[in-house]
Amino acid sequence: MSDKIKTDKKSRRSFIKQSSGIATALAFPTIFTSGKALAAPTEINMLAWYGHGEADVVAEFEAMHNVKFKPKYYAGGDNMLALIAQSPPGTYDLILSDGEFVQQLDQAGHIQQLNPSDYPFDDFIHDDFKNFPGHWRDGNLYSAMIRFGFLGVSYNRNAVSEKEAMSYNCFWNKNLKGKVGHFDWHLPNLGTASLYNGNIPSPFNLDSTQWGKVQQTMMSLRSQSGGFFDYGGSFNSLKNGEMLAMCGIGDWITGALERDGAPVTSVVPEEGGLQWTESYCIGKGSKKAAIANEFIRYLLSPKGQVKSASMAAYPAFCVTNAGQAALRKENFFEAQRTGQIDGASNNPIKLINDGRIHYRDIPVQQSLEDWNDVWSEYKSS
Amino acid sequence: MIFSNWIRSLDVYALTWRLPVIIWQVLFFLAPLIFMIAMSFFLVKNYRMVEAFELVNWMKIFSKGYFWNSYGLSLGLAALATFTASCIAFPASYCLAFKLSETARRWAIFFLIIPFFTSYLVRTFSWYVLMAESGVVNNIIGHLGIGPIKMLNTMFATNIGYLTLTLPLVIILQTLSMASIDKNLIEAAHNLGAGRVRAIVSVIIPAARIGLIIGALFCFILSFGDFVSPYYLGGSNPPTLPILIIDTTKSGQQWPRAAVIATVMMVTLMLVALSAIKIAYKKR
Repeated sequence: MSDKIKTDKKSRRSFIKQSSGIATALAFPTIFTSGKALAAPTEINMLAWYGHGEADVVAEFEAMHNVKFKPKYYAGGDNMLALIAQSPPGTYDLILSDGEFVQQLDQAGHIQQLNPSDYPFDDFIHDDFKNFPGHWRDGNLYSAMIRFGFLGVSYNRNAVSEKEAMSYNCFWNKNLKGKVGHFDWHLPNLGTASLYNGNIPSPFNLDSTQWGKVQQTMMSLRSQSGGFFDYGGSFNSLKNGEMLAMCGIGDWITGALERDGAPVTSVVPEEGGLQWTESYCIGKGSKKAAIANEFIRYLLSPKGQVKSASMAAYPAFCVTNAGQAALRKENFFEAQRTGQIDGASNNPIKLINDGRIHYRDIPVQQSLEDWNDVWSEYKSS
Repeated sequence: MIFSNWIRSLDVYALTWRLPVIIWQVLFFLAPLIFMIAMSFFLVKNYRMVEAFELVNWMKIFSKGYFWNSYGLSLGLAALATFTASCIAFPASYCLAFKLSETARRWAIFFLIIPFFTSYLVRTFSWYVLMAESGVVNNIIGHLGIGPIKMLNTMFATNIGYLTLTLPLVIILQTLSMASIDKNLIEAAHNLGAGRVRAIVSVIIPAARIGLIIGALFCFILSFGDFVSPYYLGGSNPPTLPILIIDTTKSGQQWPRAAVIATVMMVTLMLVALSAIKIAYKKR
């Protein structure tokens, strides 16, 4: 009996000892961790289109610099402006902007000046990109372009031939009735209608007559329209054959599907295509500007350019020669597929130089609200 | 004097028990509602809301054809879903209430609750697999030489989505309502020579009226305000009011205009709910 009591006491004491040890470890976990692990990663708040803060793009940089990206994703430049406008200054360290919205970010004082010597402008693949519209003000740089792509006709190869797809006319093809999808954003769709009407070289600088005709063109497509989709919806509807052609997108959607073997692709039609441009800015008031800047430099390095061009969420073109060369070396299939090889008929620089590409812009003579109203009218008609 | 009389007449005990409900409603319904109505008069400048009292948002929304198109469509689709769900639910509920044992009915109700364990969004996406042109349904009917039939991105698909959301709830409400009917009344109707149809029309429907109407009302409310089905299954084609709210906020950050649309939706739902409740509790 006394032995039992002794044993019980002993076990109770050891239980208390062990449990207090565990409790201490739980309450103060850092006591038992190494000094290296004590340095918690620096959080970088990123505002970007979907995919830019995912592991395939940022994991290596995170490991190299002991940082952790906290991305907030948006769709559409006006959506981005709204998110920034409603946040206190310094909320976002890194802001990925569509090229045409950089000017607005700058005017509203949301971004800070960058040092041009930090970036490889001399190696940029096109002179336009060195001095991209809206990225500079009074000789000062506010945004660094990191990738770009084209919008044109995206289609299912089993339903539409490449010859047909080389004109926006294919959207009005009777066989595609109810099968023409739209990316649900006014700028690329109305911009496409403007290109179809021949408003080049400035599809977004429309006087009232041209604007009226663009609306008519858009409305005439309504009976062909099969739906309005976000990124995921566009992806799915093309993949499962619900939509056989799509307006307002390009290789950034079909590229990912094509890589997986789906019979879809995108072309820049004869009437011309739009260029989407993605550029990084550093948020004004950011306390992590130095490391944010380092990330932009990383993305403009050959390694970063390859990661950006092959991004899992949606592919793009490299903006530097070294980046393109690295892509050809590391992923020749992707470089070939996207025309980023010498002599390719769909080489992006060739298309720009041939005058087939027009930079997407915000409406010059109308407001974004006017364009959005027309888009809502179109959708509900 | 009047105030002190009123204070004295208050039943403190009853008030204490009512208080949580009152506080809840004030905090989570009345206050946001008032804020939403106030917001509809605000302005947006440089993507930021500015406090104001302007009618411009109301005038802008009411002058737009697309708003009225979406309003009509939302009403129509919700009414169609309500009618369809009520019609489909009735025979099922009748069977559960009168033809099954107590135990079987409990199990059936349990199985009707199970769909709510999963996310509505996930359930909606499962329809994607079924209704796609290369999906399961078209594959099956393809073997019979039919189709493919376009189902996704149509109002049909939207309605299927609405039913996914509401049908189990309507069946449960109808079943509980019918199960509480005194069976002697039905027997009496049969004894007096009424056939099955006559007994349903003259006894069961009037007796279960409250449950039937409340079930239909829930279906209407949920469908009218649903964003997921018209967006993902209907392809926003054309957009309903909830989609219009999203579009309005997405572009230009026009929360005040979205508040106008939301207020119109609230008023519509209140009118429908009040009318439905009045009909449900109307004395014969």
